[in-house]
Amino acid sequence: MTESPPPVVEMRGISLAFPGVKALQDVDFRLFPGEVHALMGENGAGKSTLIKTLTGVHTPDSGSVLLAGDAVAFSSPGEAQQAGISTVYQEVNLCANLTVAENILLGREPRKFGGIDFRAMRAKAAEVLARIGVHIDPASVLESHPIAVQQLVAIARAIAVDCRVLVLDEPTSSLDAGEVAELFRIMRVLRDEGVAILFVSHFLDQIYEISDRMTVLRNGALVGEHLTAEMDRRALISAMIGRELGTLEAIEDASERRDASGPVLVHAEGLGRRGAIAPFDLDIRAGEVVGLAGLLGSGRTEMARLLFGADKADSGRLLVDGTPLHLRGPRSAIAAGIAFCSEDRKGEGLVADLSIRDNLVLAMQAARGWSRPVPRKVKDSLVEKYLAALDIRPANPDALVRTLSGGNQQKVLLARWLVTEPRLLILDEPTRGIDIGAKAQIQQLVTNLAAEGTAVLFISAELEEVVRIADRIVVLRDRHKIAELDGGASIDEVVGLIAGEQVAERTAS
Amino acid sequence: MTALTQRVSQRVPARFLPVLATVVLFVLTFGVGSASYDGFASGQIIANLFIDNAFLIVLATGMTFVILSGGIDLSVGSVVALSTMVTAAGLRAGWPVPLVVVAVLVIGSTLGLLMGLVIHKFDIQPFIVTLAGMFLARGLCFLISVESVSIKDSTFRDIATAVIELPGGVTITYNVVIALVVVLVALYVLHRTRFGRSVYAVGGNEQSALLMGLKTSRAKVGVYVISGFCSALAGLLFSLYMLSGYGLHAVGMELEAIAAVVIGGTLLAGGVGYVLGSLVGVLVLGTIQTLISFQGTLSSWWTKIVIGALLLVFIAVQRGLARGPRRRQTLTS
Repeated sequence: MTESPPPVVEMRGISLAFPGVKALQDVDFRLFPGEVHALMGENGAGKSTLIKTLTGVHTPDSGSVLLAGDAVAFSSPGEAQQAGISTVYQEVNLCANLTVAENILLGREPRKFGGIDFRAMRAKAAEVLARIGVHIDPASVLESHPIAVQQLVAIARAIAVDCRVLVLDEPTSSLDAGEVAELFRIMRVLRDEGVAILFVSHFLDQIYEISDRMTVLRNGALVGEHLTAEMDRRALISAMIGRELGTLEAIEDASERRDASGPVLVHAEGLGRRGAIAPFDLDIRAGEVVGLAGLLGSGRTEMARLLFGADKADSGRLLVDGTPLHLRGPRSAIAAGIAFCSEDRKGEGLVADLSIRDNLVLAMQAARGWSRPVPRKVKDSLVEKYLAALDIRPANPDALVRTLSGGNQQKVLLARWLVTEPRLLILDEPTRGIDIGAKAQIQQLVTNLAAEGTAVLFISAELEEVVRIADRIVVLRDRHKIAELDGGASIDEVVGLIAGEQVAERTAS
Repeated sequence: MTALTQRVSQRVPARFLPVLATVVLFVLTFGVGSASYDGFASGQIIANLFIDNAFLIVLATGMTFVILSGGIDLSVGSVVALSTMVTAAGLRAGWPVPLVVVAVLVIGSTLGLLMGLVIHKFDIQPFIVTLAGMFLARGLCFLISVESVSIKDSTFRDIATAVIELPGGVTITYNVVIALVVVLVALYVLHRTRFGRSVYAVGGNEQSALLMGLKTSRAKVGVYVISGFCSALAGLLFSLYMLSGYGLHAVGMELEAIAAVVIGGTLLAGGVGYVLGSLVGVLVLGTIQTLISFQGTLSSWWTKIVIGALLLVFIAVQRGLARGPRRRQTLTS
């Protein structure tokens, strides 16, 4: 592999604009046969758009796509597939109601006497599955298999045709370690057969394990193409986020310097709800970041929902500023200055078809009541302030939220609650599924808010993040609050608690 | 009981369960009839089920395509009425029978094609588009005549009254043969052709079907053409059955067709179901009707009440079945 053969795919000067967003600007991209090529970039950098341009979902405004040296213009994924470009998307895009064999071969079934030959189809499917070492019954219904297997079936479908280019758009996001290893094994098999693989993943470890070459995008523009072996992680991250990595260290410092001895703002006493979370005591002080650590299903979100009144507590009481607060629902919590940023930002948070501006003022309008509309001037100044403060891109208040990337949507949701100037801000997984740059910005913002006197309850599955940002860490396990640690605690300590070591002594004392 | 269902579900894939339930229901209702009334359990009664419901079988077959694709066609009853009207008026004007048949089938298919195109091109709810089609077709009937037009054409009457003798002295009409041929063709198309599998794929997940490179537009529009064709054919069969054309024929028949399809185990959400289920669904409805006429004292409206109750039960059962496998999956994963 010293001298590469000519590229199988070459994209030159691709530009594409959506209403209000320049998704791609003059991007060049090449893909060589027999290599795994990682497409890197933050959320919203244009990775998905570039892929969709290659696979015929989008048509570029300008630029050309060359397949094995010939200019092509696909108008549908079907055409791209016929030309040998197969795609496996992040969500499994198969028909769960059909059999495995049909999902692999639908649209190109073997036929006999004009009708589909099911026997030949099952045999062909079994052959394709065997090629990637997956052993399941081709006649079984896809629905009956776990997601990871469905993903492998999607790959089987992709390679069932004479496939020259295989595009894998975040295929590993719902797989566990063993399944990822299996996927990588299959990818290596295909690569050695000469298939060009375009791979997208947010996990740097995976990129360094599997890829041979990478292309980095930022803000819809090309940053560079490198051999993976020649690019170290620090350099890659700087290339992706476009600035030096000092931000993360600064956050650590701030949490050390912060004075977390303000008055107790929220005081929960024996608050609990059967089946959701066992009764717990909790103090949150003004200007303090309390981290909530625990495994998925340990009761993190449930605790937050009780504090916000989204679920009704069946025991204990909640005091705000020393006066008991009877939470009848989120409305009374909002009135008391509590804000809750849900982990399900699409389902419970944002209104995807409204503009950034409308989403921002939604909570504020709700607090004012419908009879007193927010004046346009106030709206504009607010929007301008938060667009700048949170670095929301595109900085266009009229852009629809649905066109934004995950990280930017999260920022809009955050901004919406900040507009109401909450005294306690509950953040449930605010950094999940977003890239490093946006993560750092959100962490920075939390730190700033605390410094201004806002109390923050920070929930995250990433312990590193919780430990770095929190002044105090509440550890949950099996729907019980099992410990409270100060901000100096190490990750190992928290992990030990979650894993159940030493818990007996702690709860006994 | 639970042990039994467990044993059954081990042998039969879950997707066959609703159809199996329909067959069991048919056997049960027929068994009740046979036990209660003398002469119920005869070959001719079964043949009559087919004779009296041939048009509904054809209608339900077309509807199965539409519902499998995730759509709905409310226009079929009106298209049946329009077809009877065109048939009667055409014959009255002295058109030869073959010409009438072709005209009716072309009109029905064209109406279906138009509705399918509107649904697909403008991305409008099928419910609304076919509702409009329903009013349109019904209105066209009265454009031809507001009165009932009886059919006097001798050829047509001969076809209508011709019987085929089966072994055992059981007789059926040509209607039955046509209906069964339609079911067989539908079976082949749905299960053996790429178009048929695309219909299932579109009903399962349209977005995925598109990304898999299937011709979803052809499937989406095609099912309405098929349903329109089937409605027109059912209209011809209905004309043979009633020997008249009338704008108030087949009022509400679209709902009977939908009911038969749903009772036959097809998911209203699309993607899951079988034509044979719809056939058995029609037979269940017919048996209930026969039961009530044998009983003698009950008003025929009791048929509707029983059908309503059955529909409710079947939709609830489907809901349970649809949830079942998914719950199991989350537990194992």
